[in-house]
Amino acid sequence: MILVLLDHDRGELDQLSLRALTAARKLSDDVQAVVIGEHGESLAVVAGEYGASILHVASHEGLADYTPTASGRALSQLVTELKPVAVLAAGSPRGNEQLAHLAAFLDLPMAAECSSITLSTSPGAPHSVTRARWGASLLEDAYVHSELLIATVLTFSVEPAPIAGATAATVKTFLPNLEASDLLVRVLGRGGEATTTRVTLADAKVIVSGGRGVGGPEGFAILEELADLLGGTIGCSRVVTSSGWRPHAEQVGQTGTKVAPDLYIAAGISGAMQHIAGCKNSKTIVVINTDPEAPILAYADYAIIGDLHKVIPALSAAIREAKV
Amino acid sequence: MDVLVCLKRVPIAGGTFLLTPDSRDIETKYLGFGISPHEENAVEAGVQLVEQMGGSLTLLTLGPSQAEEQLRAQLAIGASRGILLETDGQDWDPQATAAALVDAINAEETKFDLILFGAESADSAGYQIHIRVAHALGRPIVTNVKGMKIADGVAHCERAVGTVRELYECPLPAIITVRDGLNIPRYPSVPGRIQARKKPIEMKKPEPHVPRLEKLLLTVAPSNTSGAQVLGNGVEAVPALVEVLRTIGALG
Ligand SMILES: Cc1cc2nc3c(=O)[nH]c(=O)nc-3n(C[C@H](O)[C@H](O)[C@H](O)COP(=O)(O)OP(=O)(O)OC[C@H]3O[C@@H](n4cnc5c(N)ncnc54)[C@H](O)[C@@H]3O)c2cc1C
Ligand SMILES: Nc1ncnc2c1ncn2[C@@H]1O[C@H](COP(=O)(O)O)[C@@H](O)[C@H]1O
Repeated sequence: MILVLLDHDRGELDQLSLRALTAARKLSDDVQAVVIGEHGESLAVVAGEYGASILHVASHEGLADYTPTASGRALSQLVTELKPVAVLAAGSPRGNEQLAHLAAFLDLPMAAECSSITLSTSPGAPHSVTRARWGASLLEDAYVHSELLIATVLTFSVEPAPIAGATAATVKTFLPNLEASDLLVRVLGRGGEATTTRVTLADAKVIVSGGRGVGGPEGFAILEELADLLGGTIGCSRVVTSSGWRPHAEQVGQTGTKVAPDLYIAAGISGAMQHIAGCKNSKTIVVINTDPEAPILAYADYAIIGDLHKVIPALSAAIREAKV
Repeated sequence: MDVLVCLKRVPIAGGTFLLTPDSRDIETKYLGFGISPHEENAVEAGVQLVEQMGGSLTLLTLGPSQAEEQLRAQLAIGASRGILLETDGQDWDPQATAAALVDAINAEETKFDLILFGAESADSAGYQIHIRVAHALGRPIVTNVKGMKIADGVAHCERAVGTVRELYECPLPAIITVRDGLNIPRYPSVPGRIQARKKPIEMKKPEPHVPRLEKLLLTVAPSNTSGAQVLGNGVEAVPALVEVLRTIGALG
């Protein structure tokens, strides 16, 4: 049996969990899901739709809101009881975090952000995984020496696939034993949404992204104009955020946000691997760069070689014309 | 306030990765080395805390002897001393690394009020060494922090989840892992660099363990395209780009 952790925020499912369920189904016909925290039972239908026969729901007053150490503890107790061959979760900050707590409680290895998993076929033999390094610019083949495989699933390595005509998972409640020390860290509140009229990076269909070539904070005005025309939002490289030109929430890349818009326009960005790691899942990448040898061209679909300060205003004007 | 920051020496590649002939490692002959931006933020946060509250800032790394470079570079920003757990240069798996860090932390006379980590290492990104260290030390941990205030022995932390910010409180002593964007790390001053050359670095040799997450081979992830079609030079190429945008449906 493979156990998949469904992550959610007060009953709202993190869609990445469906990718983990889909990945589990490729490995086994026997997939069960577990959900921790209040309102978890509301996920029984979607859990079933994506292949889980049973949804285990942790019930404990301490688990009302997100509390990662306690999640790890609850998971460790469920795993000890059910003895799955693998525990999977989404390769999201919360998925990675909760399974790392699980692995620490059980003192077992954990493989984060796996793009492929092959379960051990004989007792004592290791599991094999391929996992992401350097923001998935490099892939690592590795053995996991442990009977129980604890792994998270690399986001874009599997598309979520529902099963037609599936029924809801059967809900089974379990009562974890938590220690006071497990509950020291939990979400106490939530801050407001960022105030912007533009869509967020993660949801944007179009991103106009600027790098050092933009030259300074004022230079972004022409990128904003273009983004607004295309119904998109602004992204940038790390040089831009570490120079204080733009807020860090707009940084695309390995240590910023990983995005997958329909259209990514990279202006004045050279294309370091750590930037590419954040934008390579875009459907179409367009480059505007003065340097015909810029590394980003190797990862892009279309390019204009030229000065972004001239090309972008001309592009905005032409789009305005094309739209009327 | 006594603060410890854990950091990792990693090669810094540009537009592509080259591998060694046995495909087990990155070819580093022509590369410089550094640490993750997350860890630069952790050092900057530590320097700021000690500036505000007094105390000490110590740096800890497990790596080859050359990791002294990364310790010195960060000592130049303001830390007081470094500890280098010297390996033969092979990658240690997360459990072995965490165990060596824990032994080194326990051997210290200073009982650090706060231990800072990067959210994940730049190269292997296992998302776990800090959590394992927290469990071994019996300390609470908050991860992925992008805003942090310390007052009256409590860390008030913020992290971003989509557009929402989650708020946490955590009693010290604690472990906090931070993300790029927490602050803007300062550049080392010239006097800072000169002082850093004389700051103490303690060298230790931890016992290696058999890896339970065993790295076998690396491959460079394939690019999704075979390279950009150049539409032309400067503003003359704009009409061709508008056509492309129309074809892919970006003009609505
Ligand atoms: C562990 C690690 C994590 C990192 N994470 C990230 C990350 O999340 N995101 C990120 O972006 N970076 C990240 N970096 C930094 C990354 O390595 C690069 O330093 C950074 O992406 C470079 O930014 P850039 O392309 O804007 O600047 P540069 O590399 O300096 O490139 C500027 C480009 O602009 C072009 N240009 C200049 N003038 C013009 C003009 N007038 N018109 C058009 N083009 C022009 C130049 O030809 C050049 O190609 C990370 C680094 C490390 C080590
Ligand atoms: N070799 C190391 N020496 C010291 N600290 C490390 C080492 N490797 C990782 N770390 C710390 O642990 C964090 C998480 O690493 P990881 O679990 O590999 O993603 C990093 O950001 C560092 O702060």
